Amino acid sequence: MTPVHAVIENVSRRGFLKGIIATGSLVIAAEFLPARAALAGYATGADKMPHGVRSDPHLFVSIAPDGTVTIVAIRSEMGTGSRTSLPMIVADEMDADWSRVRVVQAPGDEEKYGNQDTDGSRSLRHHIQPMRQCGAAARLMLETAAAKRWGVQPGEVTAQNHEVVHKASGRKLGYGELATDASALPAPAADQIKLKDPAAFRYIGKGATPIVDLFDITTGRATYGIDAKLPGMKFAVVARPPVFGGKVVSFNADAAMKVPGVEKVVTIEGTPAPAKFQPVGGVAVIARNTWAAIKGREALNPTWDDGPNGSYDSAAFKGQIEETARRPGKVVRNDGDAEKALASAAKVVSAEYYIPHLAHATMEPPSATVRIADGKCEAWACVQSPGGTREELAKKLGLKEEDVTVHVTLLGGGFGRKSKCDFVLEAAVLSKAMGGAPVKVIWTREDDLRNAYYHTVSAERIDAGLDGNGKVVAWRHRSVAPTILSIFKPDQTHEAPFELGMGLVDVPFDIPNLRCENGEAEAHTRIGWFRSVYNIPHGFAVQSFVAELANATGRDPKEVLLALIGPPRIVDPRKSPEVADFWNYGDPFETYPIDTARLRRVVELVAEKADWGRKLPARHGLGIAVHRSFLTYVATVVEAAVDDKGHVTVPRVDTAIDCGFAANPERIRSQIEGAAVMGMGLALYGEITFKKGRVEQSNYDSYRVLRIDESPPITDVHIVPAGIEVPSSGVGEPGLPPFAPALCNAIFAATGKRIRRLPVGDQLAA
Amino acid sequence: MVKVRVNGQEQSFDGDPSMPLLWYLRDELGLTGTKYGCGVALCGACTVHIDGQATRACITAISDLGGRSVTTIEGLDRDGNHPVQKSWRALNVPQCGYCQAGQIMQAAALLTTTKNPSETEINDAMSGNICRCGCYQRITAAIKAAATGA
Repeated sequence: MTPVHAVIENVSRRGFLKGIIATGSLVIAAEFLPARAALAGYATGADKMPHGVRSDPHLFVSIAPDGTVTIVAIRSEMGTGSRTSLPMIVADEMDADWSRVRVVQAPGDEEKYGNQDTDGSRSLRHHIQPMRQCGAAARLMLETAAAKRWGVQPGEVTAQNHEVVHKASGRKLGYGELATDASALPAPAADQIKLKDPAAFRYIGKGATPIVDLFDITTGRATYGIDAKLPGMKFAVVARPPVFGGKVVSFNADAAMKVPGVEKVVTIEGTPAPAKFQPVGGVAVIARNTWAAIKGREALNPTWDDGPNGSYDSAAFKGQIEETARRPGKVVRNDGDAEKALASAAKVVSAEYYIPHLAHATMEPPSATVRIADGKCEAWACVQSPGGTREELAKKLGLKEEDVTVHVTLLGGGFGRKSKCDFVLEAAVLSKAMGGAPVKVIWTREDDLRNAYYHTVSAERIDAGLDGNGKVVAWRHRSVAPTILSIFKPDQTHEAPFELGMGLVDVPFDIPNLRCENGEAEAHTRIGWFRSVYNIPHGFAVQSFVAELANATGRDPKEVLLALIGPPRIVDPRKSPEVADFWNYGDPFETYPIDTARLRRVVELVAEKADWGRKLPARHGLGIAVHRSFLTYVATVVEAAVDDKGHVTVPRVDTAIDCGFAANPERIRSQIEGAAVMGMGLALYGEITFKKGRVEQSNYDSYRVLRIDESPPITDVHIVPAGIEVPSSGVGEPGLPPFAPALCNAIFAATGKRIRRLPVGDQLAA
Repeated sequence: MVKVRVNGQEQSFDGDPSMPLLWYLRDELGLTGTKYGCGVALCGACTVHIDGQATRACITAISDLGGRSVTTIEGLDRDGNHPVQKSWRALNVPQCGYCQAGQIMQAAALLTTTKNPSETEINDAMSGNICRCGCYQRITAAIKAAATGA
């Protein structure tokens, strides 16, 4: 294991460099471990994240004299519901009445709250146990306070629905009346805490708790990053280099200053690659309102030195990485002898796939406001990584972390984009240039699409050897894609373990000779996490290829899929020495193994619910795909219809998901419904292309996303039931990877045309 | 000087007449419920009502609004209980929520002209409003629910 890989083991989306330093984690782990052991729960990777995890009710719960319970949400809300679900778990365990609970958002403070990165589909899975423990501890403290007050044994009193009751005497005390006494008590030792019997849950697992921001969202009161309002606030837009790594040569500051309302023109220095989350640089126009700033920027007329990426051409790059995938690469998994088995196979099936760059295109573009006063910095920002943002702000401004406050707003979509705090650092630089006045940086949609952190671009080639009976005896999968490591370290040309573990080396198939290779690819732009990350290309290739094998052998795709998965068992990729550093989404393999019984179950469940094989009109077809990602198993059946002009519609989608215990089934459904919509938009239209280093797309006309009239009218979500003892796993991301292959498999079933290059675009046009 | 009614209140503005209503609402009046998403009428996040008609605030210059009446999400219903708002909540439509003000304003305008819209009419009216989270299935259901009072 190289040091880089060791770090990535525990990495969160911002935490690469943090991980290298990694001073805090062990201490935190030591604090947390005894508590967890006493819970008789299961081990997760939560305590190995930077700054670990907390469960002390003193940090999370406060009670006002009127009984209002305030619970702190430590994860950012970007649509998954974690800002509701985590506090809801605390409330249920402490027997609080949800209608008397208020949720407040924690500022970025990981020393206090533990890891706050909202990424990797981790929030619920890493917090269901600590939040239960927190709530149960709070309940015990309230009961202890009441028992003391009455002079009775703690065992004689019970908390229920916001009050503590002494049954024998019929006495009752509301939580508000007990707050002061209870809060003075130390958090109980872990072995004193008793979790609720799941049968007594009121909120957990019910899916009947609306998100806390629902009223505010529907009335326009909800506050996102772009909505910050501060006295004396200035508004800024930035002209950024059109090519990543480029620098400004000249610009007309005078022309910009002539625009009424423009107050200052400021150059922002770029950072040489690898630049992690630093601004790309450029020229900022600061004005009294956004419109003046935009008009001022139009007057700047900058010229640029494009730098080394000025020749990046994604069409040419496609040819390069496809060529690389035709040659042997670095072996990253090797079971048996795939080369020999391929050479002696009765039949060899081969296919190449191409998956382009994507942009997140969150509805709220990046936006942040920063103010610096009296040596202290305050930021209001839509960030997935408030702790990391605080750290970076402190470094950028030469302040101590305790002098930096990051207020976390709601996020108008995140999808990985807002794990990178470059836009907050821009606001900090500009506030400083304005003598500390509050400055709001707004990215226009064009900025968002042209200066993003892009999803990687990938060529995938799979060769399979079949014996005389059509059974797959050899599998060789070559993946070639620029790595996210390239934003952190120079000269990174191979996918990292945390990327290889997303659907490549963890392929769960029962094939004796199985080899995965990874060829070299250089990054020519900023590569970043995008919802479900490398599962997108890996999953697309693998699950498309399964249907190709079915076609090649004249069998039913679902049967071929199940045959490849093979009998119920635990697949442990680490048995191949090349996968010694296997990345299981940062969680212990023992808690979250690759269980083919569960994989089979979602395939069988979705096939049953979708009535797989059902009779369809002409030019309609069904496609199936299954993918385990973020420790969750998801199978999707798509019905596609392709008209004689090649226009694709999707009348129906069925998805089965096994994410262990479903703490908030209603939000799980919404995530999976949404993944179908996003997945369909990406598959049909999603592509960022580069010419002369410049992104060719600029807004929602050239970078199309799915609209309501194209959206599947029916998306049915089937959640595999599981008890609370089954570890909860990720939900935000795993719905996405199986969608595109299921769609393209359905298109093939409808038309006989195989899509190997995404997006579908006009490839079906007659 | 442009005089315009916003949520029932007279306002006057003597700044840049080319300023889009969107930035006037957000930066000058502090009405941030109306969202920026694209700036060129491609996404619908900035939808408001002008004299009752659903309109994209991002491409509507303030100079075109003299004597007109603008309603934003903040003014749609005093208590936030417009039938569309209620059905949006009953069906848990939002995920991140950012586009929802625009969606709600568009849907509310649809229901004033089309009391019981068909799926096609819903698609036609709503296809200019993008939701990146993908809440479309619930948006359709919520509009139907609001229309029927169900």
